[in-house]
Amino acid sequence: MDIILQLLFQGIGIGSVYALVAMGFVLIFRATNVVNFAQGEFSMVAAYMMVVCAVDLGLPYWLSFLIALAGMVVIGALFNVCVYYPLRHRTYLPVIISTIGASIFLANTTLALYGPQPQVLSGWFDTPGIQIGPVYLDSQYLLIIGVTILLVAFQYWFFEKTLIGKKLQATSQDKEMASLLGIPVAAMIMLTFIYSALLGGVAGILVAPILFVSIQMGSTIALKAFAATIIGGFGDVAGAIIGGLALGIIETFGAAYISVPYKDGFAFLVLVLFLIFRPQGIFGERVAEKA
Amino acid sequence: MRSSTFSTLLQGVYFVVIGVIVVLLAKASFDSYVLNILMQAATYAIAVFGLSIVLGLCGQINLAQAAFFGIGAYAVALGTTDWGLPFWLCLIMGMVLAFVAGGAMGMSTLRLGGHYLAMVTISFQQIMTLVMVNAIDFSHGPDGVGNIARPSLFSTSQSYLAMSVAVLGLVGWIVWRLKTTKLGRAMRAVRDNELAAGVAGIDVFRTKMTAFAICALLGGLGGGLFAGGFAYVSPDQFSFAESVVFLTMTLLGGVASPIGSVIGTGLLILIPEWLRFLKSIPGLYLAIYGVAVILIVLFMPDGIWGFITKLFARKSPAPPVAEALTLSPGGSPDANDAVLEVSGLAKHFGGLKAVDGVHISVRRGSVHALIGPNGSGKTTTLNVLSGLYRATGGRVMLDGVDVTSLPPYRRTMVGLGRTFQNIRLFRSMSALENVIIGTERPGNTAVGRGHAAVEARALAALDFVGLAPRANELVTSFSYGHQRLIEIARALAGNPTLLLLDEPAAGLNSTEKRGLHDLLERIAAFGLTILIIDHDMTLVSEAADHITVLNFGRRIADGDPQSVLRDPQVVTAYLGADD
Repeated sequence: MDIILQLLFQGIGIGSVYALVAMGFVLIFRATNVVNFAQGEFSMVAAYMMVVCAVDLGLPYWLSFLIALAGMVVIGALFNVCVYYPLRHRTYLPVIISTIGASIFLANTTLALYGPQPQVLSGWFDTPGIQIGPVYLDSQYLLIIGVTILLVAFQYWFFEKTLIGKKLQATSQDKEMASLLGIPVAAMIMLTFIYSALLGGVAGILVAPILFVSIQMGSTIALKAFAATIIGGFGDVAGAIIGGLALGIIETFGAAYISVPYKDGFAFLVLVLFLIFRPQGIFGERVAEKA
Repeated sequence: MRSSTFSTLLQGVYFVVIGVIVVLLAKASFDSYVLNILMQAATYAIAVFGLSIVLGLCGQINLAQAAFFGIGAYAVALGTTDWGLPFWLCLIMGMVLAFVAGGAMGMSTLRLGGHYLAMVTISFQQIMTLVMVNAIDFSHGPDGVGNIARPSLFSTSQSYLAMSVAVLGLVGWIVWRLKTTKLGRAMRAVRDNELAAGVAGIDVFRTKMTAFAICALLGGLGGGLFAGGFAYVSPDQFSFAESVVFLTMTLLGGVASPIGSVIGTGLLILIPEWLRFLKSIPGLYLAIYGVAVILIVLFMPDGIWGFITKLFARKSPAPPVAEALTLSPGGSPDANDAVLEVSGLAKHFGGLKAVDGVHISVRRGSVHALIGPNGSGKTTTLNVLSGLYRATGGRVMLDGVDVTSLPPYRRTMVGLGRTFQNIRLFRSMSALENVIIGTERPGNTAVGRGHAAVEARALAALDFVGLAPRANELVTSFSYGHQRLIEIARALAGNPTLLLLDEPAAGLNSTEKRGLHDLLERIAAFGLTILIIDHDMTLVSEAADHITVLNFGRRIADGDPQSVLRDPQVVTAYLGADD
C-alpha cells in the first residue's frame, strides 16, 4: 500500500508535466487547427537554457528561470512567424511537416551547440523532500504539482474571465468572424504560440531535475503529451490535464511492475488502445465534418 | 489512341534505359566507396517511392518509414544468420511483416485526422527503436547484426547492386503507372477532397489503408535489400532521424513522382558526402535538414521535379468525343414506384433539431424539389441522404435498399449521385480525370470494360455539359459556373439512379442559370430522377414536377408546384406572417 501511494505521487508529478505540454498542444490546435510537433522541443530548449544560465554561467536559479522564460517568448514568436504564419492558408499537411522540420531543427541545433552528453540540472529547493507517514514527497515533484495547479487556475481565469482570453477563444472558434468583429486575429495567434511556448518551457524546466537534460527529452515528452490529449479527448483542455495525469500514473506503475526499458512504450500502447476502442477520448472529440 | 501509343513508347524507352543501366552496373567496376553510395541510394529510393505514394498520391503522412525499412532489414539480417533461411524467403517475409504492420497501424488510425497518423507513426518508430535496442536476445541489441548473407546468384557487390537497381527500376515503373490507374486516381481523389471522394463512390478508408500498406511494403523491400547490400545492420540506421531523412528526400524531389523521389534520394545522399565536414559536428546536418524541410514546404511545395515539370508543362489537346452520353436509370416511370423513400428522418445536433421527422417520397423519373427558407434543414437533409451525417432517426430507402446506416461510397454504389453547394472537385486533376472518377463508380452498369471505355464515357459526360473541348485542362482553370457543370458531369458519368443537386444555381449568372435549366430538362428527358435543392424559385417552379417544403426541420408542404407555392403556410415561411 505504501509503495502504491509513493508511485501514485510520482505518477501525478510526472503526469503534471505531460499535462502542461498537452495544454500547449491543445491551445495551438484550437487556435490554428494544426498540431505543433515542436511542442516538446520547447521544453527541451528551455531546459537547456536553464543549464546554460544556472550551471554554466552560475546565475541564481530564479534569474535563470526568468531568462529561460524570456527566451521562450522569443522562440514562440519566431516559431509563429517562420513556421506557422506563412503557411496559414494551406492545408494541415504542409503545416504539420513544417512544424516537424522545426522540431528537427531545434533538437539538432541544440545538439550541435551543446553536444550529445546529457546534462544535470539541480532542483529548485535545497531540501530534497519531506516524509509524510509512509510516503516520501520529493520537493521537485511537489513543486511540479503546485505549479501545474497554479497554471491551470491561471489559464481558467485568463480564458474565462478576461477580455483578451475571450478574444483568444473567439479566434480559436471562428477566425473569420473574429476578424470581422475587429479582433486582431494575427496577434491572437501570435499570443497563443508565445503562451504555448511558455507552458512547454515551464514543463521542461520543472522536469529537468528529474530526468536528465538531453536532446531526446523533447520528443519523449511531446509523444506522451500527445497521447495525453488523445486519451483526454482531442482539443479539450480538461481532457489534456486528466489524460496527462492518467498517463503519468500508468507509466510509473508500468515501469515499477512490468518493465523499465519499455517504460516509454506504455504511452504508445495506451494510445493505440484508445485509438481503437475510444478514439474520441474520455471527454469526447471536437471533430465535425462539414459538407 | 494517340496518347496511349505515346505512353507505350515512353514505357519501352524507360525499360531500355533501366536495362542498359543495370547491365552497365553489372559490367563496370567501382571502388567500394562509390559502390556503397550507389547501394544506399538504390535501396533508400525504394523506400522513398513508398513515401511518395502515401504522401504524394494519397496525402497521408508516415513518419515511421525507417521503422518499416528496419523491419525488412532485420528480417533479412536475422533470417539469413540466426535462423539460416534463404535470402529471398527472408526478403519476402520482411515485406509481408512491414505490410501487415503498416496495415494494422493504418487500421487503427486512418479513420481519424492526419495529426493522429503523424503522432502514431512517430510512436511506432520509437517503439521499434526500443525493441531493436532492448530485445537483445532477439535482435542482438545495439551491436547490430553482421555477416548477413546474399543470394548465391548475386554474391558479389557489383552484381547485387545491379540486381537492386533492377528492382528499383521495376518498382519505379509501378509507382509511375499507379498514378493513372483506378487505385492511383482514387488515392489522388482522397488527397484532394476526402468528402467528395467518398460521395463519388471511393472507399476512402480502404484507399488510405492500401496506400499506407504499400508504402510500408516498399519500406520493407528497400530495407531487406539494404541489409544484404551492406551485410551489417544496427538499430541507429533505422531511427526516427532516418525517417526524417526519408521524408526530406520525398519532399525535396517532389511528391507523387518516382523521378522526383530518385532526385531527392540521390541529392540527399550525395550532399552530405560532399559536405562531410558537417558530420564532424553531431546534429548540424540534421539541423540543416530541418530548415530544408521548412523551406521546401514554404517555397517549393511540389519539390524539384514538380518545379521542373511546371516549367515544361505543355497543354495536351482534348481527345475527340467518340460517343454520346446515355443514362439508363432503370425502371419505368410509374406513379407508384418511389426511387427514394424517406420516412421520419431526423438529425439532431445536440439539442438542435436540424431535421425532425421529415417524410419525402421521390417518384421515379420525376424532378423533385426540396425548398425552404435559410436554416430550414435542406442541406442537412441532403447530407444525411448522402451519408455525410448519420441520421438520428428515421429510414432512407434508395431503390429498394435500406441505406440509412451505409457510408457515402456504399450509397453511391446503390445508385446515388450528388453535387455540392460549395463545389468539391479534385483540384489537382483535369476535368476529364474528375469525371473519370465519377465514371468508375462501383456499380456503374452503363460503362464497358477497360480504361478506353471509361474514358470514352467520361468524355461523353463532359460533352453533355458542353466542356469536352477543355477536357484536359485542370479544373482550377475553369470558371465557377463551369466547375459546377463538371461536378454535374462527374455525377452523371456514374449513371446514377437518383441525382441529388445541392443548390446548383447558387452563384450562377442569369445566362448560366438558363443553361442549367436546359441541362436539367435534357437530364430529365432520359428519365433520370432528380432531387434538387435551390433558392431560385423560377428555376424550381419551372423545372420541378413535385415540391417538398421544409421549415425549421419539418415538412410543411408537399405536392405539385402550383398548389405548394400558393399554400399559405409556405408563403408565411418565406415572407413572414401578416399580423
